[in-house]
Amino acid sequence: MSNKIQWEFPQALEDEAIYILRETAAQFERPAILFSGGKDSITIVRLAQKAFYPGKCPFPLLHIDTGHNFPETIQFRDWLVESLGLELVVRNVQDSINQGKVQEETGKYASRNALQTVTLLDAIEEMKYDACIGGARRDEEKARAKERIFSVRDEFGQWNAKMQRPELFDMLNGKINIGENVRVFPISNWTELDVWNYIRREKLEIPSIYFSHERDIIERDGMYWPASPFLNTTDEEVPFRQKVRFRTVGDMTCTAAVISEADKLEDIISEILEAKISERGARIDDKRSEAAMEKRKQAGYF
Amino acid sequence: MEVLRITTSGSVDDGKSTLIGRLLYDTNSIPQDKMEALHAASKRKGLDFTDLSLLTDGLVAEREQGITIDVAHIYFSTPNRKYIIADTPGHVEYTRNMVTGASNAQVSLILIDARKGIVEQTYRHFFIAGMLRIPYLVVCVNKMDLVEYSEARFNQIVEDFQALVATASFKAPSIKFIPISSLYGENVAGKSEKISWYNGESLLDYLEQITFDHADSSHPARFPVQSVIRPRTEAYHDFRGFAGKVASGQFNVGDEIISLPSQQTSRIKSIEQFEKQLDVAQARESVVITLETEIDTSRGSMLAKVDNAPALLKDITANICWMDQQKLVPGKTYLLQHGINRVKAKVQQLLEVVDVTSNQLVEGKKEMGLNDIGKIAIKTAAPIFADVYSVNPANGAFILIDEFSNSTVAVGFVA
Repeated sequence: MSNKIQWEFPQALEDEAIYILRETAAQFERPAILFSGGKDSITIVRLAQKAFYPGKCPFPLLHIDTGHNFPETIQFRDWLVESLGLELVVRNVQDSINQGKVQEETGKYASRNALQTVTLLDAIEEMKYDACIGGARRDEEKARAKERIFSVRDEFGQWNAKMQRPELFDMLNGKINIGENVRVFPISNWTELDVWNYIRREKLEIPSIYFSHERDIIERDGMYWPASPFLNTTDEEVPFRQKVRFRTVGDMTCTAAVISEADKLEDIISEILEAKISERGARIDDKRSEAAMEKRKQAGYF
Repeated sequence: MEVLRITTSGSVDDGKSTLIGRLLYDTNSIPQDKMEALHAASKRKGLDFTDLSLLTDGLVAEREQGITIDVAHIYFSTPNRKYIIADTPGHVEYTRNMVTGASNAQVSLILIDARKGIVEQTYRHFFIAGMLRIPYLVVCVNKMDLVEYSEARFNQIVEDFQALVATASFKAPSIKFIPISSLYGENVAGKSEKISWYNGESLLDYLEQITFDHADSSHPARFPVQSVIRPRTEAYHDFRGFAGKVASGQFNVGDEIISLPSQQTSRIKSIEQFEKQLDVAQARESVVITLETEIDTSRGSMLAKVDNAPALLKDITANICWMDQQKLVPGKTYLLQHGINRVKAKVQQLLEVVDVTSNQLVEGKKEMGLNDIGKIAIKTAAPIFADVYSVNPANGAFILIDEFSNSTVAVGFVA
């Protein structure tokens, strides 16, 4: 029954997200959008543009740059900011490393994914952001299924699953004490398919790595990794050319490619519906243990 | 495409997580890698079958205790509509999460273990569904495989449940009874052959045919103003629009409206949704409304139709569910948030506390703590523009916020 493709985007989801963004602008002094260049944060930017129209989007974009991004993502980010006239704040993980606040991981699976939490928390403190809007969705991962729309974090950015405020009806309580901040998740109730259908309906531009393209990759643990100077490889791991695309935009060290010929949005959506692997299944960082995501959330991860 | 929101509740071990896992499995909503993880996790636990409940029991503490603690949201779609399930815990201590999960639902799904029949928790779930005026109630009599798919057993439970409904102090919703086995998928996504004596729909078939009124035509038009949009750019020099989400009813261009609390009136000039101009805004739609004339309206104001405006309430009687570790303190000032509008409010009196398992007043109970349900009198510092909850639920609920901890400590329903 579910093989029939559902192209229609449930409008109720956009209405809900716009309501949440308007509440965020009204309830907080200095809210910002956490921008990764991925399709979810691109969706958030679009929603913010629509929520305050014909006024301007009141949120700056905060990008935590690990230095290991796909170059296509950075190009896209700069184009988006320019074309919509948005304010962009970039903070670099490399600076946190130089300051001795975090240590680069070593070995074959080294990635900067976990390190960016420290850079993020420093940026929040420095910029005095009291609300950070993220594109996380509850369908992505089990621990995220329990996340609130307004999720209060303590001074150390920590999330406590047992201390969450109840959220009744659509009433959002963003009252916080000094030092605390809130993570806001306007597209909590969207699925991956909803996001793609929205991008299609709104005719949004997305980074080129989402579409099928030729690229050097290596094979490791049954997954395809993009070859890059940031990936520590062994002698046996020889890069080869392959037509691939990416289902999520993360670091080059922790985002696996899928072999695909899909070069149109419709083909991508069809692929997802027949997908044999879930979206976060292509995130190497989640594979570390069954409780990986929850542990990173408690530590202040997005 | 429509979205249907369901809340599930049950007692510990009545197979709720398995039922949800089964719905996802039977609608092909589980990707292969998640399925493999389920196989592996089941094996690690020493099970000889794939435990579908592991799919939704998300948190580490839950995996250790083998029970569901918080509200988890689960999604699946059919070609017909998108479903959102708020899976809420079934044991006594977490009633607050049950109310939370139920607050957005159109359907409440109650599970009963066919061997045990109606238990204390069933009363609690029924009471909460009734208090929140959830329009559809589905009672799944689960684990039918463990009572040899007995029709007599099923009928007995239906009869017991009807007796419970008869004692209810609120208008009972539409109730559907379905005999199921979530472990074997009987009557979950498709009709069971093993339960041939049952002539009704399977759970999913029943959910698929539920309809609701999008125009929300039976409820009065209410528009809480979230913010005023004034771009002050050259192109929109004089633009002054009111951004918000229609709480209930509908507004049309040309409608005569009144703004509260200023009580000034005007007429709707335009209804806008980004670059689109609409003729009508319906319940739950986020829009921007502009008016013919400038009137005193800002964040926290409410627009309504001139001939059907809500009362300005300051002295309120409300049913409430307490949700915080710190007990209700009569005489204490809290923040009352109705929709998006916040005012200071003092609890005048704790009128009664209800035992939800017997629907009886608790005699002599002078305090209200976590998970208690009762009735209070509360006075606000400024009027709120609420309707009686049972008449217009979308404009009849509020939350109480503790001014010191900032926690949401209670949810209230205007009586």
